[in-house]
Amino acid sequence: MKSPDIEMPESVVEILTPSVAGKPALKISNLNVHAGDHHILKNINLEIPENRITVLLGPSGCGKTTLLKCMNRLTDLYRELEVTGTITIGGDDILNSTTDIPALRQRMGLLSQRPYPLPVSIFKNVAYGLKLKGVRDKRLLAFSVEKHLREVGLWEEVKGRLNAPATSLSIGQQQRLCLARGLAVKPAIILADEPTSALDPTSSKIIENLFREIRKHYTIVLVTHVLRQAIRLADHVIFMHDGEIIEQGSPGELFENARSDKLRAYLIDGN
Amino acid sequence: MQFKRQIADRLNGSWMIISLSTILVLPLVIGVGLYIKAAPLLEDVSLFSLIFSSEWAPSAGEFGFRPFIAGSVHVTLLSFLFTAPVCLLAAIYLTQFSTRTLVKIMHPVIDVLAGLPSVIYGVWGILIIVPLVAGIAAFFGTASSGYSVLSGGIVLAVMCIPYTLNMLIEVFNTVPSGLKEASLSLGATRWEAVKHVVIRGNYPGIISAFGLGIAKAFGETIAVMMVVGNVVKVPGSPFDAAYPLPALIANNYGEMLSIPMYDSALMFAALLLLMIILFINLFFRYLIHKTKRQ
Repeated sequence: MKSPDIEMPESVVEILTPSVAGKPALKISNLNVHAGDHHILKNINLEIPENRITVLLGPSGCGKTTLLKCMNRLTDLYRELEVTGTITIGGDDILNSTTDIPALRQRMGLLSQRPYPLPVSIFKNVAYGLKLKGVRDKRLLAFSVEKHLREVGLWEEVKGRLNAPATSLSIGQQQRLCLARGLAVKPAIILADEPTSALDPTSSKIIENLFREIRKHYTIVLVTHVLRQAIRLADHVIFMHDGEIIEQGSPGELFENARSDKLRAYLIDGN
Repeated sequence: MQFKRQIADRLNGSWMIISLSTILVLPLVIGVGLYIKAAPLLEDVSLFSLIFSSEWAPSAGEFGFRPFIAGSVHVTLLSFLFTAPVCLLAAIYLTQFSTRTLVKIMHPVIDVLAGLPSVIYGVWGILIIVPLVAGIAAFFGTASSGYSVLSGGIVLAVMCIPYTLNMLIEVFNTVPSGLKEASLSLGATRWEAVKHVVIRGNYPGIISAFGLGIAKAFGETIAVMMVVGNVVKVPGSPFDAAYPLPALIANNYGEMLSIPMYDSALMFAALLLLMIILFINLFFRYLIHKTKRQ
């Protein structure tokens, strides 16, 4: 992916550069999620390595999305969910009641199953998160919008109609816009919840290639039930089944030498 | 067998078209009927003086509808001022913040409020609101019996709340949770997400709910008639009595029809009401169209 051919003032470099290395690696210990009597996540323990694509693999309904939503506290929206355990990022437990949730969520960009562009223009979609951060400088906003639209390869396609409604884009373009919008707030980790499930094969490929590109700067947690996608992208794999982690490790370990029957069955069905 | 199915299919299609045509033709038939009945007055007096004159002396042949139009507009606008913020905030709370239990309690409450006959609201207005408004007027140093535009506005607002609130709840429930989550994930607080996604994304729906509420309020008759005072003059303050158009028709039709042209005048009032409600609907349709384009 080409970097922007624009000269950026010194003052804006800091705010546009993703924070890399050191802080983000995420660690989950003894995480349990209950919804009434239903035990959705059972004693989850895992580590997400930095600047890698970690794939959460497993059949539908195994708790992958819930696990992802725990990581940016979107579980708070569902009163019926009871979350216990710890999720630490840079030494801080984000499940703590004192966590600054909007700030946490800006560190954890979310890309959902289907694109949800905000009901505003293409430009405003990308500028949205920065405006929430308090950035008002129009020049800085314009730089950031262009930089991130270029980062996801959308700039050339939309530069003539930045003020058009985001919903006028094709669904594949919308998903890239949502990624650009998430990247604009400088997240450390990108949580991608089956981000290609609503896309055509060409758009899916573009998103997959983008992930390979941006993992240099971001830690990516990718939820998928598509085995082939996991094989194509994963640096680290976590296989879940019925709310439990069955196996985790490198793709080589898991896909070549599956130890559990559940994973072996899943691999056979997936191929 | 195949033939029978084709006949049944055609017949069903025809019935649907007939039903639809009835609905389409009905307002036109009513409008033309009212116009024919109002025609004698329109031949005698110019439309301009009918609408803008304040002189109302049927026995002297003076038919100025300005006080009635003003009465309707004042009461409706006042009720809108009360209804809009209450409904908007209540709908946002119920759809975005409240517990499921509260929603379960509120739905039957709203349905009961919507189903109450308007005469009950009228009686409630006479017993509670009219004395209250008289008290408020006295507090501000104004003499008022309480039968006033303000009483009419309050009673009308309470009547319109369940209607508008239900529509707004429907509108806000259509917002996909993924859209709210997207906004929150970009660092919005819950209120910011509501403001940017639920409200801004639903301007056409909100305008439509308010438009239908206003149109309903404009035509509401009994309850308003019971508390508004029914005095033929252009109200100068919220504590003054007024005489809305629907009240004029309801109070007088069937009586005093021996007065020449009185019958025509009341039909003209009905035609005027129909045209104003049509205009309100068209205006809100235009607003919806405009906001959708943006």
